[in-house]
Amino acid sequence: MAACTDRALNNPYVEGEGEEKVIYSSFSERPKHLDPAKAYSSNEYAIIAQIYEPLFQYHYLKRPYQLEPLLAAAMPTVSYFDKHNNPLPNTAPDVDIAYSEYLLSIKAGTKFQPHPSFNIKRHDDLPSDWDAVSIYDLPLGTRELIADDFIYQIKRLADPATQSPIAGLMANYIIGFNDFSKKQTALKRQFPTLRKAQRLQSEKMFGVKKIDDHHFSIRVKGKYPQFINWLAMPFFAPMPWEADEFYSNPLLASKNISLDWYPVGTGPYFLAENNPNRRMVLLKNQNFHDEYYPIEGDQAASAQGLLKDAGKKLPLTDKVIFSLEKESIPYWNKFLQGYYDASGISSDSFDQAVSFSADGDIGLTTNMIERGIGLQTAVTTSSYYFGFNMLNEVVGGYSDKAKKLRQAISIVMDYEEYISIFQNGRGVPAQGIIPPGIFGYIEGELGINPVVYTWDEGLVRRPIGQAKRLLAEAGYQKGIDPATGKPLVLYFDTMDSGPDSKSRLNWLRKQFNKINIQLVIRGTDYNRFQEKMRSGSAQMFMWGWNADYPDPENFLFLLYGKNAKSIYGGENAANYQNVQFDALFEQMSTMANTPERQLIISKMVAIAQQDAPWLWGFHPKAFSLHHGWYKNAYPNLMANNKTKYINIDPKLRQIYQNKWNKPTYWPLLLAMLIAACLLLPAYIIYRRIERATAL
Amino acid sequence: MINYIIRRLFYVVPVLLGVNILTFVLFFVVNTPDDMARMQLGDKHVTQEAVDNWKQQRGYHLPLLWNEQEEGLQKASNTIFFKKSVGLFVFDLGISDNGRDIVADITQRMWPSLAIAIPSLIFGVLANITFALLLIFYRSSVLEFAGLFLCITLMSISGLFYIIAGQYFIGKLLALTPISGYAPGIDAFKFILLPVFIGVVGGLGSGARWYRTLFLEEAAKDYVRTAKAKGLSDLQVLFRHVLKNTMIPILTGIVVILPLLFMGSLITESFFGIPGLGSYTIDAISSQDFAIVRSMVFLGSFLYIIGLLMTDISYTLVDPRVRLD
Repeated sequence: MAACTDRALNNPYVEGEGEEKVIYSSFSERPKHLDPAKAYSSNEYAIIAQIYEPLFQYHYLKRPYQLEPLLAAAMPTVSYFDKHNNPLPNTAPDVDIAYSEYLLSIKAGTKFQPHPSFNIKRHDDLPSDWDAVSIYDLPLGTRELIADDFIYQIKRLADPATQSPIAGLMANYIIGFNDFSKKQTALKRQFPTLRKAQRLQSEKMFGVKKIDDHHFSIRVKGKYPQFINWLAMPFFAPMPWEADEFYSNPLLASKNISLDWYPVGTGPYFLAENNPNRRMVLLKNQNFHDEYYPIEGDQAASAQGLLKDAGKKLPLTDKVIFSLEKESIPYWNKFLQGYYDASGISSDSFDQAVSFSADGDIGLTTNMIERGIGLQTAVTTSSYYFGFNMLNEVVGGYSDKAKKLRQAISIVMDYEEYISIFQNGRGVPAQGIIPPGIFGYIEGELGINPVVYTWDEGLVRRPIGQAKRLLAEAGYQKGIDPATGKPLVLYFDTMDSGPDSKSRLNWLRKQFNKINIQLVIRGTDYNRFQEKMRSGSAQMFMWGWNADYPDPENFLFLLYGKNAKSIYGGENAANYQNVQFDALFEQMSTMANTPERQLIISKMVAIAQQDAPWLWGFHPKAFSLHHGWYKNAYPNLMANNKTKYINIDPKLRQIYQNKWNKPTYWPLLLAMLIAACLLLPAYIIYRRIERATAL
Repeated sequence: MINYIIRRLFYVVPVLLGVNILTFVLFFVVNTPDDMARMQLGDKHVTQEAVDNWKQQRGYHLPLLWNEQEEGLQKASNTIFFKKSVGLFVFDLGISDNGRDIVADITQRMWPSLAIAIPSLIFGVLANITFALLLIFYRSSVLEFAGLFLCITLMSISGLFYIIAGQYFIGKLLALTPISGYAPGIDAFKFILLPVFIGVVGGLGSGARWYRTLFLEEAAKDYVRTAKAKGLSDLQVLFRHVLKNTMIPILTGIVVILPLLFMGSLITESFFGIPGLGSYTIDAISSQDFAIVRSMVFLGSFLYIIGLLMTDISYTLVDPRVRLD
């Protein structure tokens, strides 16, 4: 009993660590890559966006999303040229523009994090018995960021050895990217022992030019205003050549120490500990350049008191600990114990956390409010849709009959019900391809999909009778296929399998049954599903898209004819091709966000709504909870580098953690007492057995 | 015995070769090198050129088992099978398709798995044997009935339930141990308490019933009656003689799994956030990382064979009548 204490015994962290300004977070799956040239998933960005910095970033508190300089000294100057390399005025028609040149300037005095790679000469020959726990045990160095570091990273993107996921895409835009890539392949074949850094530096990329240490330019084909959004992604974060050189040491590779696991950045934090099987620890980068918490934001941000830290130097915390937490149940329990600062809400714990008022307003349950937990919701810039393969002879095509069949299915697929049952109400039925928060989205009556909805002080789904009528007009009277005399049979290809998805698939069958269409579910694995999509042999499917950047082009291109997946290998999974839509897309994609652009987008959305290559599905709504000591949380679906703005009140956290985690000993004592009581009959029987005679 | 061991070790080669061929065939029936590349490269913006480049860099551009383009022996050696398999036989597990050194990964992840597996095994076996012996001791009494009822109840509950209930009651309500997590060294103690306790309790029902069956058979033998007739108490007979003579079936079940302990447990490690090897193979299968799959299957088969050999050797230690020739 002497050992009994009020000290929290279930604290999973080092004693006393929580008294510092530490953020406790988690990851459920180890990131595949931490190299900014390769990483492209949200779980990878959660780490690397705090370490690597691109030229631009999205303003944390302003909406609509707005780019601002990060490592850049200013927003870029864009010049246009014709095919003979003659400069053109900014007002030049798009067709005349053969090249756009981005002149980029970078802030002087920015330094890389302390890293042993900057002492490269001292680490060229690491002793073979070197077994440092951390690379940070080696002598560290730093140097100033210069334009060459950005150029080097672009070369890394082009290098086939890097295998960047956007290499194919960038080859279509950056001048000289493809040639550089080919030259690198040849060089690698010719000089296999040549180190990567030397190989990349030995060649120039025609379209990327250094002007001086703080200025460089990138030349892209045609007019591509979205290019600046790419420059705000970690792909274009600067990389010192020394990092590649340092990690090319075979001894480091044998210890799994590579650039893909130990980043070298200029950001507010550096990765001090990387055990992707247990935890990853970010520490404040002492060399971080001057950056301050925003002094202005949109109205909602001001109303939520998010400007209290305005003007303070970033980052606002010293340490971030990401612990591996694969399962949602322990994660949720630890969040309730105060050992995680913020949490999403899984379906299991949804009712425990969220309540709906009689008016349908979303709020927190009393338990959550008593704990001082806050809720943030935001409609994500994503679309989860149900697609038709437009090349399919039954559901595809552009005839009136085919259109009406798809429209009939659009009406019967009750996405309000789907969101309510399978998303716990966390979603918004989509009216078109563009999600809220992206230019081109229209809220309210003007923005509805007239094929599926009418407006009566709100969205009203068209009646099933209308779907039946459309189906009859499509040639399927009462759902009967005239070719067979039986109900029309349609096929849905899906990767969903197992008990979890059974209810969802049953729901889907039920929707088609409303108009007497028989839905056959063709379950398949990931590989075969991808293959069917590539070959165009699937009839209907479900898919999703997360925005790369907040521009309508990043959604509308999913229906652009030249991106048809089965024909051109692009991202248009429905293989939708409409000449009018394509022409408008080409016109819209290079425009600034003006009323004219809005008009064109509206026309495109209307065309797609009528053609109905997708049932537009829904845009998921993200719900996140955070404790009272976790300050400045604000949903920003474009920014990945949000951690630097978060502030922590460690004293408050300590108080709550102690309050919620007082050890309870009496059940242990009770168990011991019961065990002791059980010993008595055992002893009596033992005595009886021992004293018993054989006969 | 030395001859026996050497002979058994020679048998290892064809068995491992067979396992390797089977793994290879099964893996590539389900996944093509193109699929593997697409899985690694992600869903967005992946071109066929990128896929070909990925395959080229990792040697998956070669034919699977037979290379018609080559001459002589190279027809067999310049293939994915040969290039990816031959190193295994000298325990060069190579680099995962994700670019990580497999040996380094295994070395790092095996210790947390062992930190859970060894105490779970030791305390589990001790608890099971003790409980089973007590069931024998109290046989035909109300305590045996109660004990068997407890065993059946424990066996009937899903393993996952023990974990979730244990985390809820001990970690959350009583706040006595962390719900999940891990720390290296001595700090691991507080993290392994709960999973080990749950592992022992969860396995008690089936374990005790199994050992009880072994002991019952042994307790019915003549020498037990003789020992009792000579005046030994029931407890002395059980713990000194019955237990000793049941060691062969006990060892059969335990020694064979000893070399495999470091491979961890998928569910326990997943729920308790233990950074072990439990999910290494499953994760590799989901991410279509053939390099890891083949290495782990190879290692698993090899260690299982070693476990069987160790079991044979252990028989000679507990039963002098056993000779390995």
